[in-house]
Amino acid sequence: MSTHATNGAADSEKKPAAARAASKSAQGAPDIPNRVDALPQRKPGPIVAAIIVAIFAAQFIHMLVTNENLEWGVVWTYLFNEHVLSGVGWTLILTVASMLIAIVLAILLAVMRKSSNVVLRGVSWFYIWFFRGTPVYTQLVFWGLISVLIPKLSIGIPFGPEFWTWDTADVFTAGRAAVIGLALNEAAYLAEIVRAGLEAVDPGQREAAQALGMGPGLIMRRIILPQAMRIIIPPTGNEVIGMLKTTSLVLAVPFTLELQYVTNSLANRVYKPIPLLIVAALWYLVITSILMFLQSKLEKHFGKGFDIRGEVEQIGPSDSTEAKRSEASAEDRNDVLMTGLNA
Amino acid sequence: MVTNDKAQSTTPSASDGERPAIDIRSVHKAFGSLHVLKGVSMQVMPGTVTVVLGPSGSGKSTLLRMINQLETVSGGEIYVNGELQGFKHEMHRGVDRLRCLSDKEVAAQRSRIGMVFQRFNLFPHKTVLENVMEALVHVKHMSKDEAKAEAIADLKRVGMDNRLNHYPSELSGGQQQRVAIARAIAMHPQIMLFDEPTSALDPELVGEVLGVIRGLADDGMTMVVVTHEIGFAREVADQVVFMDGGVVVEKGGPEIIDNPSNPRFKSFLDSVL
Ligand SMILES: Nc1ncnc2c1ncn2[C@@H]1O[C@H](COP(=O)(O)OP(=O)(O)OP(=O)(O)O)[C@@H](O)[C@H]1O
Ligand SMILES: [Mg+2]
Repeated sequence: MSTHATNGAADSEKKPAAARAASKSAQGAPDIPNRVDALPQRKPGPIVAAIIVAIFAAQFIHMLVTNENLEWGVVWTYLFNEHVLSGVGWTLILTVASMLIAIVLAILLAVMRKSSNVVLRGVSWFYIWFFRGTPVYTQLVFWGLISVLIPKLSIGIPFGPEFWTWDTADVFTAGRAAVIGLALNEAAYLAEIVRAGLEAVDPGQREAAQALGMGPGLIMRRIILPQAMRIIIPPTGNEVIGMLKTTSLVLAVPFTLELQYVTNSLANRVYKPIPLLIVAALWYLVITSILMFLQSKLEKHFGKGFDIRGEVEQIGPSDSTEAKRSEASAEDRNDVLMTGLNA
Repeated sequence: MVTNDKAQSTTPSASDGERPAIDIRSVHKAFGSLHVLKGVSMQVMPGTVTVVLGPSGSGKSTLLRMINQLETVSGGEIYVNGELQGFKHEMHRGVDRLRCLSDKEVAAQRSRIGMVFQRFNLFPHKTVLENVMEALVHVKHMSKDEAKAEAIADLKRVGMDNRLNHYPSELSGGQQQRVAIARAIAMHPQIMLFDEPTSALDPELVGEVLGVIRGLADDGMTMVVVTHEIGFAREVADQVVFMDGGVVVEKGGPEIIDNPSNPRFKSFLDSVL
C-alpha cells in the first residue's frame, strides 16, 4: 500500500496505458464499416481534482525549497557524517539479522501450528498469542533487563548437572538483546503469514508428492514451501520495511548505535533537530527503496511457473474458484510490476 | 483402527498358483459418521487392468486412495504383492496387534505404486523435466545425469520430450496429464493407479491420454483405472468392477459391460452411454 501512496501519480499513468495496449492487441484491427466515432465522456470531476492536487503539490515543493528552517546545507553536511553512516550500518544489521532469525523461527512456529502433536500446537499458539499481545517496546526493555532476571546461563541436563555456565550479561550484549528482542516479536507476526502461505498451497500438491514416495520433510522443503513463498513474500516485504523502522525502538534495551538514535543525539548536540530528522528520513527512504527492489526480484523468482495466461488456460472455464484465484494472482502480478517500476 | 475379523494375519498364500498384485479384503472406510466403503473385496492380478466404474459418490476415489495410503483404512486390509499396507504385526503385551508404519516405511510402500490424479497435480514451480526428475533425485537418490536420462526416456514414452523446459501452466490439460503419467512411471512402480485421468480434459484431449494408458497396458503394467470412459473399459480392461453405495455390486470380465446382470449396473450403463 505504501508503494502506491508514494508513487500514486506514476501508477495512475501506467495502468490505463497497459490496459489500452492489452485491449487493442486483443481486438486486432478488424475492418468495421460503421465504426463508432464518438467524443469522450464529459468528466469535469477528475480534472478539477487534479488541478487542486497540483496546486497543493507545487506549494509543498516551494516550501521545501524556500523554507530556511529546513537548512538543506546542514542536511548535506550531516548526510555522510561518519556517525550517521555507522548508524545506517547498524540499522541495516539489526533489520537483516532480526528478520533472518524471525523467518526461521516463523517457519518452525507455522509448521508446529499444523503438527498433529497437541503440545507443539499449543506452544506455537501460546508463543504467537504472547508476542503479538505485548508491545515490542516492553519486550525490548525486558531483553535489556534479562541479566538482572537470570544472572547465569548454563547448558546441562534439565533439572540436573550443568556443564557450561556463562554470565547472562556477557551473552546478552545490548546488540544481541536488541536483535533477539526484535526477532522474537517479529516471528509471531511472520508465523501467521507463513501459515496462511502454507494453507494456500493446493492439498493435491502434497498428495502428488506423497504418491511419489516423498517423506514429510522433503515435501515441505521442496514442494510446499517454494509454492507458499509466492504468497508469503509480499506481506513479508511489508514486514521487513516495518522492521527497518521498528529498529528505532531499540533504545529501550538500550542500544544506541542505530540511525534514529544517532541522528537524534547529533541534533541535540548541534541544536538542529529538523535537518537531522531529514537526514534520517532520507536514509530510511534509500534503504526502503533498495528493499523494495530486492522484493520485486524475489517475487519474480518464486513466481516462476505461475504464468497468468497459462493458469487461466490450464484450469478452463469449469472451475470457478480456480479462475478466481488466477484472477487474484493476476492482480498480484500487476502490483509486482508496479513495485518494480517504482523502485 | 483395523478390525481383524478373520485369521489371515500372514501373507495371503496363492490359492491358484499366482499371487495377486493387489488384494483388498473386506475394506471399510468411515469419515466420521459417514460410512463410505462397506466391505469391499477385490483382487488385481499382476499384468492386468482393472477398471472401476460407478456413480459419483460411490467411493471409487476413496478405494483407490486407500491402496496408496492417502486415506487410512478403517477396517479390513490391503495387501500389495503380499505385503500388508500401512501396518505391521507386533507383539504388544503378549497380544498380536497392528502397529502403524513409520513415515519412512509408508513412503517406501507408496513409491512402489504410481498414481495419476484427475487434476494432474503437477508441481507448478518446476518445469516438465524437473517434475519428472524430482522424486528420482530425492527419493531414488539418482545422480542428476541419470535422473535426467530416465526422465527424458519416460517423457518420450508419453510424447512429451519436446517440452522439457516448459512450466505446467504453459501446457494443455492433455499434455499436463501425460507429463503426470511420465512422472509416475519414472519411478518404475509395480502398479499404477488412475483416478478419472481424463475427467478434467476437454473432449478432444481425452484420446491422447487414453492412448498413453493403453500403451502402458500393452506393456503389461498392472493398473487400476477409475473412469467413465466405457469404450476404454470394454477395450482395455481384464476385469471390470462396478461399485455403488460403498460396495462392489458386480464384478467380472469386460463382457459384463454388454451383459450387466445387476439392474443398478444396467441403469448406470444406460445413463453413461
Ligand atoms: N476427506 C473426506 N471427508 C469426508 N467425506 C469424504 C472425504 N472424501 C470423500 N468423502 C465422501 O465419501 C464419499 C465417496 O467419495 P469418493 O470421492 O470416493 O466418490 P467417487 O466414487 O470417487 O465419486 P466421483 O465419481 O464423484 O469422483 C462421498 O460421499 C464423499 O463426500
Ligand atoms: Mg472420484
